[in-house]
This record gives sequence, C-alpha cells and structure tokens, in this order.
Amino acid sequence: MDWNFIIFSLVKIAVVVGVVQGLVAYSVLAERKISAWIQDRVGPNRTAPPFVKFIPVLGPFLTRLGIFQPLADGLKFMFKEDFTPAGVKKIYFFLAPAVSVIPAMLTVAVIPFGSMIGNQKMVIADLNVGILYTFGIVSMGVYGIVLAGYASNSKYPMFGGIRSSAQMISYEISMGMSVIPVLLIVGNLNLSQIIGWQATNGWLVVYSPISFIIFMVASFAETNRTPFDLPEAETELVGGYHTEYGSMKFALFFLAEYSNMVSSSAMMVTLFFGGWTLPFWGLDHAPTSLGMGLAHIGVFMAKMIFFMVVFIWVRWMFPRFRYDQLMDLGWRRFLPLALVNILITAVWLWIRS
Amino acid sequence: MEAINNLLSGSNVTDVLFYVFAVLTLLCAVLVVANPFSRNPVTSAMFLVLTIISMSGLFLLLHAFFLAAVQILVYAGAVIVLFIFVIMLLDLKEEQRRKIKFFGLAAGLVSVGIVVSIFLKSLASIQPNVAEPALEGETYALGKLLFTHYTLPFEIVSVLLLVAMIGVILLSKKKLE
Repeated sequence: MDWNFIIFSLVKIAVVVGVVQGLVAYSVLAERKISAWIQDRVGPNRTAPPFVKFIPVLGPFLTRLGIFQPLADGLKFMFKEDFTPAGVKKIYFFLAPAVSVIPAMLTVAVIPFGSMIGNQKMVIADLNVGILYTFGIVSMGVYGIVLAGYASNSKYPMFGGIRSSAQMISYEISMGMSVIPVLLIVGNLNLSQIIGWQATNGWLVVYSPISFIIFMVASFAETNRTPFDLPEAETELVGGYHTEYGSMKFALFFLAEYSNMVSSSAMMVTLFFGGWTLPFWGLDHAPTSLGMGLAHIGVFMAKMIFFMVVFIWVRWMFPRFRYDQLMDLGWRRFLPLALVNILITAVWLWIRS
Repeated sequence: MEAINNLLSGSNVTDVLFYVFAVLTLLCAVLVVANPFSRNPVTSAMFLVLTIISMSGLFLLLHAFFLAAVQILVYAGAVIVLFIFVIMLLDLKEEQRRKIKFFGLAAGLVSVGIVVSIFLKSLASIQPNVAEPALEGETYALGKLLFTHYTLPFEIVSVLLLVAMIGVILLSKKKLE
C-alpha cells in the first residue's frame, strides 16, 4: 500500500471538490449579477449577515456585490420543507438528484488544474484514457434527468426527460467526433500530455478551430444551457424535469448543472487553450518554484472562469432554439462537419509526415 | 498513472476489489432478469447499467483502462439510455402484468446453455500465468492490433453496423420511395 499516494490523493480530492462547490455557489451569483447587468437591472444587492454593516467601506461594497447571497440561498434550500408529491415513484424520485450530481462531480477528477507543487502532480488521477473517462462520465449524467422525468409521474417532467435524453445522446456524438482531430494531432489520450504538447507547439485552438467550435456548442447542449435548454424550457414545460422537485433535491439538480458547466469549461481550457500554460512569462514549462506552481493553478482558474462567464453571457444574449432546429443542427450540420474535419486533419497530418 | 498501477498491483486490494466487482456484476445481472421485488422494466434497465459499471470495474483490475472507459461510454452512456427512452414511451403496465410464456422460457434456457458451453470451452483453453496482455491501458497497442492483425474482422463488423444503420433509417422513413 502506497500511503503517500492515498493521503495526497485524499487531500487533492477534498480541495478540488471544495473549490468546485465554491465555484458553483458563486457562479450562481455571477449568473444573477451578469443577467442583471445585461438587462439593465441591479441584481442581488441587499443580503448580508448583521455584523457586516459595522465594517466601514468594505462592508456595504461587498453587500452591494451580493457576496453573501449564495450563503443565504444555500440556507434557504436546506431549511425548506422537503416535500414529496403524492404518486411519485419514491425510490427513483430520491435517486435522481444524486445520480445527476455524482457524474457532474466525478468529471473533474482527470483534469490537470495545475502543473506541480513540490513533487505532487496537480491532478487527482492522471489517467492514460483521460478524455474517454470524461466522455464516459458525462454520458452518465443523462440518467439523473431521465429518472427525474420518469419518477415524477407527471407529464411535463416526462417531456423534459425525453427531450434531454435525445438531446444529450445526439450532441455527445458530435462532441466525441469533434475531439478526434485533437487526438490525431497530439497522438495521446492523456490530458496532461495534451497540455504538454500545447506548451511546446502552441494552443490547439489554432490547429483545429472547427473542433473547438463544435465542442463548445455541444457542451452548451450537454449542460442543458440556453440556447439549448429545451429540457427545462419554462414557456413550454413549466420547469422541465425538475418541475416536481423542491428544496435540497431541487438544489442538487442546480448543483449538477453548474458543476457540469465548471467541468466543461475546464475541458475546453485543457483541450484547446493550453490548460495551465501561458506562452509568455516562462509559464509554459514545468515549475521551478512553489510560486510558479501556484501561478499555474491561477492561470488555469482564470481561463476556466473566463469560459464560465461566456456560458452565462450566452445564456442571456440568445433566444432558445426550436427542438427540430436543435436536432437538425446536431445531426445534419455538426456531425458531417466533424467527420470532414477528422478527414482533413488526417490528410494534413499524412502530408506533413 | 504509475501510482495507480502500483496500487492495483498490491495483491490484497486487487483481490478484494475483484470479489466486490464480481459479486456486484453477478447480483445485478440476476436482478435484471429475475427481480423478486419489482417487474418494472425501468428497474431492470437500471440494474443493467449497474452490471455494466461493475464489469468496467473488472476491466480496470485487468489494467484495460481503454476497454473500461469505452464500456461505460458506449453501453451505459448510450445504449441503455436508448433502452430507457423506449421503455418510457411504451405502456409499462402491460409489460408488468405479462405472464412468462413457456416457449420464451425454453428459448432463453437454450441460449443460456449455448453461451455457458462456449464460455466453459474457452475457459478450459486458457493457460494461467501467460505473459501480460498486450491491451494494458494503452490505446496505441489496441489500435495497432485492430488495424494489423484483426483488420478483416474489424472491417466486417463495421460493415455489419453500417448495414444495420441503413436498415433502421430505411424502416423509420414513413414513405418508401
């Protein structure tokens, strides 16, 4: 037994899960604030624990930013009555939120969020099949939504569940196909090696921009965010698959959605934007000091937060697609485009070799 | 990666995990077809998912990381989602009330018998303690084998899948021109 490995892994898991939860809480706040700014409103600017008003300048400023809003939201979800509607299928009704949260949290396990600190790699599991692992786990996320739709025993959640399972399977194919050129160029499935390749040869978004565009749009569809939030389209389906849910069980679906957003942003950064590397200030090679290691983590977080803001921004700028348009885009535009992209990349690599 | 390999090589952990996954696989597989508590098709499909996940755990213990990932990606992530999709659209009540027919039972038993005999035959032909399998973790070795040694079977399977796909598209078209 390798105790060192076990202890360091546990520490990394605890820290990563904690950071992801924090990011989720504050991305909900960011969502509310950014939507408010886009729509010329103020957003949450009142909530604060009582002692804050005694802090001179900083207190009111933080309150106006809504920094304490996530705490209040969390408390509200936890203390709200956990209501179970009559006629639901009990076991699946309780299982569905858990089944949607677990895959969402598992995806971050293979993502290298930094280079090295001391002699510890900043990744929980440096798998040789990292990308496939992520796709496998992401594809499990659909069960939560499908089960919620099925267990609620009500027609709107049912429609939401069916819509989302069709949507997620369709876009998973385009998503998987869009990454193949990246794998062809790098020649490795290991996410750390992909970042290493990008550090020496430049970011992959330059080599394969079509892949990046397909991947980004497909990840919008996979996370059920606007413009593809058909599974929870309010105007047609009340609330979609989580119509019958309340309190903490509803919060778990929310948590899953935002964790998926975090992990797909992290995947985009890792696959196409060089992960923890930056091409200048000597940040593109293995760290020589503790400060460099921390700077790499900072770079990764900054890139990831940029993409999360893009996610939020897109949500408040674009209208929802119609369902047939969504399917048409997935199957008749992106899939052929991704296949042609694979062919072109393969031919290009063949000519160069 | 090396750390995970070392952890997996520690004999005690691997043995315990093997028994855990093996028992889980068998138990869930039995519950798919013969669940004493529920005849709900969705429950069966969910146990099938669990079976596949524990089977990919067994692949992991054999250091076949690629197979484990693909197992989850293809079967648990796509095929059974489609099963559930279809089950949700069908009338479940009728399926739950249906009695087991004699012919179905006999056909099932015969096919189980055939599979078991193939399995026993191949089990007898395995020599223990041969060299490490070439599939270990790396997708490179698997890809190379598929495109050199096993090209013909690989291509035949692809053509078979293509034929099935075209057939489905043809059948699902409302008007045949």
